[in-house]
Amino acid sequence: MNKIDIAVIDYGMGNLRSVAKALEHVAPDKSVVVTSDPAEVAQAERIVFPGQGAMPDCMRELDARGLRETVLDAAKKKPFLGICIGLQMLFDESEEGNAKGLGFLEGSVKRFPSEMKDSHGDKLKVPHMGWNQVYQQDSSHPMWQGIADGERFYYVHSYYVQADDGAISSGYSDYPQRFTSAIATKNVFAVQFHPEKSAAAGLQLLRNFVNWTPTL
Amino acid sequence: MLAKRIIPCLDVTDGRVVKGINFLELRDAGDPVEIARRYDEQGADELTFLDITASSDNRGLILHIIEQVASQVFIPLTVGGGVREVEDVRRLLNAGADKVSINTTAVLNPQVVADAASRFGSQCIVVAIDAKKVDNQPHEWEVFTHGGRKATGLDAVKWAEYMASLGAGELLVTSMDRDGTKIGFNNPLNRAISDAVEVPIIASGGVGNLQHLVDGIKLGGADAVLAASIFHYGEYTVQQAKAYMQQHGIEVR
Repeated sequence: MNKIDIAVIDYGMGNLRSVAKALEHVAPDKSVVVTSDPAEVAQAERIVFPGQGAMPDCMRELDARGLRETVLDAAKKKPFLGICIGLQMLFDESEEGNAKGLGFLEGSVKRFPSEMKDSHGDKLKVPHMGWNQVYQQDSSHPMWQGIADGERFYYVHSYYVQADDGAISSGYSDYPQRFTSAIATKNVFAVQFHPEKSAAAGLQLLRNFVNWTPTL
Repeated sequence: MLAKRIIPCLDVTDGRVVKGINFLELRDAGDPVEIARRYDEQGADELTFLDITASSDNRGLILHIIEQVASQVFIPLTVGGGVREVEDVRRLLNAGADKVSINTTAVLNPQVVADAASRFGSQCIVVAIDAKKVDNQPHEWEVFTHGGRKATGLDAVKWAEYMASLGAGELLVTSMDRDGTKIGFNNPLNRAISDAVEVPIIASGGVGNLQHLVDGIKLGGADAVLAASIFHYGEYTVQQAKAYMQQHGIEVR
């Protein structure tokens, strides 16, 4: 088997091409593989765990491919980047279909309430879709290097994570209340927004991931 | 806070961008990747590609364009036109589209919207609604299909609610009365739909100047504004549009 630098975990939910293309763009000399093969994931140096769609379906498809233990194992020891549902699935449970998550992180996934209003009294839509500011809570983290505090990233989601341990929150956004949009713990960094769709700032975050050497 | 989005729209036929042709700058003519990159550099928040290819033989050409653009432009890409079944949605997503817009098919077979949303997630399913003002009807605006030629009898506002309930994650609302007129969006139509649904709406049809974009958001309640000609013909850049919106108190990226 050829050396795999970055494995993008494919469990059959949605379009992973964007993630892979963006990684290839920032790391042209690395091998990027989109895979559902536990052996390839186990062998890869770095793991990207993306996700789209509904969390109950994502969990079911992950299990159908026998990837649960592989993902948990990788999250314990390798540079690991979760994106969108890939962040949410790390937690205990979600209000979306009352799905159980992987339980790697303590906390739950909540839905934005209906009838939210902004400061002008205008209705705030769900899904939270578009470019919002991300405020860094730990700007010294290697994953935030070269990214301005308050930089905008592209979001599309109706659910957000609520960690029991507030200390793992590494970034937040407001819609209109504050919610955690990035978590950092040891070798794991996971974001609610889509770095692969967030223009220069997103590419910088992916570049940081490719170069990241976490301290375990 | 969340920024309001500006979305340039590119019409594609037989694999070429047609509205992108700027007669003063022919170097841009028809090169979708170059045009997409230019808008990206100007700060476009997303791009929409509308496949208006008449012949089904050449419809696959859009896939090539999307593949090329998606390898170089890292902002969300929406693709619409000619989507007839869930398999078409899959093909476009695999080519690199982030969202797929469904229009006539949604009317002919609403189940396609429900199936596509449940298979790929609501976040990537946009329903495009072409609406026209009608007289002597219980409703004020009616859904039209086939590029505005066929009336459906459907109330546009109720239709919007139904599409959102089937799983559409976003609605692209085009006023057929305003499209191409440059007199501004149909703000009462957009406001009625925006107030009726929980999902974001994109206002489309009628933009002639930058104040129209501001009005689309402030009066029409749109979450995003889509425009073609004001950008394609170099009248305004996306930066100029954003600067103007910001001066008028609208949050932009």
